[in-house]
Amino acid sequence: MSNKENIQEWTEVIEAKRSLLQINLKEIWRYRDLISLLVRRDFVANYKQTILGPIWFFLQPLFTTLMFTLLFARMGKLSTDGLPPMLFYMCGITFWNYFAECLKKNSTTFIDNQSVFGKVYFPRLVLPISVSLSNTIRLGIQFLLFLATYLYFILNGSPIRVTSYVLLLPVNVLLLGLLSLGIGVLISSLTTKYRDLRFLIDFGVQLLMYATVIFPASSYPEKYQWVAKVNPLIPLMETTKLGLLGAGSFDPQAYLGCVIVTIISLFTGVLVFNMTEQNFMDVV
Amino acid sequence: MNAIEVNNLSKMYRLGAVSTGTLSHDLNRWWHTVRGLEDPYKKVAEANARDAKGDSEYVWSLKDISFSVAQGEILGIVGRNGAGKSTLLKVLSKVTGPTSGSIKMKGRVASLLEVGTGFHPELTGRENLFLNGAILGMTKQEIRSKFDEIVAFSGVERYIDTPVKRYSSGMYVRLAFAVAAHLEPEILIVDEVLAVGDAEFQKKCLGKMKDVSDKEGRTVLFVSHNMTAVKSLCTKGLQLHHGNVKTMGEIDTVIDSYIAFAAFSSHNAVNAKNEGFLLREISIKDNGIKGNFDIDQELTFSIDVENEQDFESININLFFNAMEGGLIFATCSTAEQLKKGAHRFTCTIPANTLNDNVYSVDIMVVKQGSKQVHYIKEVLALQGNEPKREGAWLGKFPGLIRPTYFSWNKTSF
Repeated sequence: MSNKENIQEWTEVIEAKRSLLQINLKEIWRYRDLISLLVRRDFVANYKQTILGPIWFFLQPLFTTLMFTLLFARMGKLSTDGLPPMLFYMCGITFWNYFAECLKKNSTTFIDNQSVFGKVYFPRLVLPISVSLSNTIRLGIQFLLFLATYLYFILNGSPIRVTSYVLLLPVNVLLLGLLSLGIGVLISSLTTKYRDLRFLIDFGVQLLMYATVIFPASSYPEKYQWVAKVNPLIPLMETTKLGLLGAGSFDPQAYLGCVIVTIISLFTGVLVFNMTEQNFMDVV
Repeated sequence: MNAIEVNNLSKMYRLGAVSTGTLSHDLNRWWHTVRGLEDPYKKVAEANARDAKGDSEYVWSLKDISFSVAQGEILGIVGRNGAGKSTLLKVLSKVTGPTSGSIKMKGRVASLLEVGTGFHPELTGRENLFLNGAILGMTKQEIRSKFDEIVAFSGVERYIDTPVKRYSSGMYVRLAFAVAAHLEPEILIVDEVLAVGDAEFQKKCLGKMKDVSDKEGRTVLFVSHNMTAVKSLCTKGLQLHHGNVKTMGEIDTVIDSYIAFAAFSSHNAVNAKNEGFLLREISIKDNGIKGNFDIDQELTFSIDVENEQDFESININLFFNAMEGGLIFATCSTAEQLKKGAHRFTCTIPANTLNDNVYSVDIMVVKQGSKQVHYIKEVLALQGNEPKREGAWLGKFPGLIRPTYFSWNKTSF
């Protein structure tokens, strides 16, 4: 058998060192059924043995919105850009929850799934992808709640209007999803060996929520404008609100910055994840 | 034509907990890599001898392993605990990567290191069946086309729409096994998982494995401590010891080598003396080597003693213990009057009495019916071996002993 033939025959070669960019998208595609089944599992398993079932999808954001409205708008008298506080917070919470859930769940990919990863191989990226997808579906469902509230306010003559920026909404969702996926898998890779980052995540996500959901960019005092500048979520939130509610801001420069940050974190995240996945079982 | 080729495969593990000390090692390692040097810890790593105290924190779980497996072969991988069998399977199934070396494989690989991986307790049997199948690498389409077959195989039709957390552990295992048994990869890697199943399942599953290899030319790698299964199922064998390949070749050769290598003994020069009674030695005659005996042949113990004075009444007791189950039975010689001098006691256990288990034997010497002169525990360690079994069922015959000379009769009315 000639050497050349030999090389062509092998369908699987396992070696100690892998090239950094060896991300096997074809293999992930082959496991697409697993992705869809995992997404299904997330939905089905979540609300088994609950009386209200999927209604919980609506109750969670609804109660948070009511709470925020009461706390921050009524009692705290914080600015909501002149919008009805209910809508302002619900819009923020719906999209924020999407980002935060993806980030938190993806940042524990390796630790949460070590029992499965330790026993069987499939492309590990399948899991974060399925998490992001199931959260996207959840966002879709929760967006219906937002739309219902939206209609209610329109019928009551609230000064809200849809602007052309609403066309950017799918892009915003995509960016939120990719950003949380990138940062999430990066953190999950970094925490397989040293768990320190994990403590930072819970805490950091909470702080970020205040900086993203509660305060509109316009309400930052001059001194703290930089906070709004470095937070890549602000341009996305602002554009979303501008599109859906007619109050917010669109800063093309900041938006582009956000796109760049997303691409960089997605690449770094997937790269580091890819480097980690081969041997993480030994250190997790 | 080879389906698998393994070249100089090595895997290094670090012992102890991952702690702050790890960071300094990581930095050191990184610094070596930056300068283009080899991993400094590869040099200090030691062979993986579990029972020996080592100086290094790093051990080679596998060290420079090379072998190849031809297509359609069933390779049995044997070795003591910690020999590197599971590590080898893990590296082959891509659960963890090698430290150096390479593996080349041809065709779709499925590994079965555990059954029911990814089962979610809240989901129904049906939902889990799909999920588990997909985790093992099947597409929805494949699972759907085999669904009825899998459910029938598992025998839990009635519960298929009940969450698996309500299943008995047996049902759970059967469903999980059923999925696994219907995998159709070109290369199948199976760890000791089959040991968990009940006898009926083992029969089905081992039979199925043999079938796929014989009829469809699939390659199977099989790890087990059950020598009966290995012997009957595998064509080739690979014996690992401390991360190295000890022997590789025909399955019978490999099993013999494995058996000869194990820490069993058929001879013990006790030389214990008490009250003028010397227990010189105990040994097994004419059956097997190194404490490995064939269970279908009689097993004769001979016990040599020497006494410096006359004894009125001496009897010798042998206690048989199973590794997993305490004392199984004791046997006692008749009370003998012993004149000063050397004597030999023999005790014969009929063929087909013991099972293919690991036994330890204790010896006790008693004078005047009740006074203990010697009591030595684990004077011999024995392993029963079953000759190659014909027929469909290859699982372990249950029970600590296996007397096959009981009589059975049938009367029809």
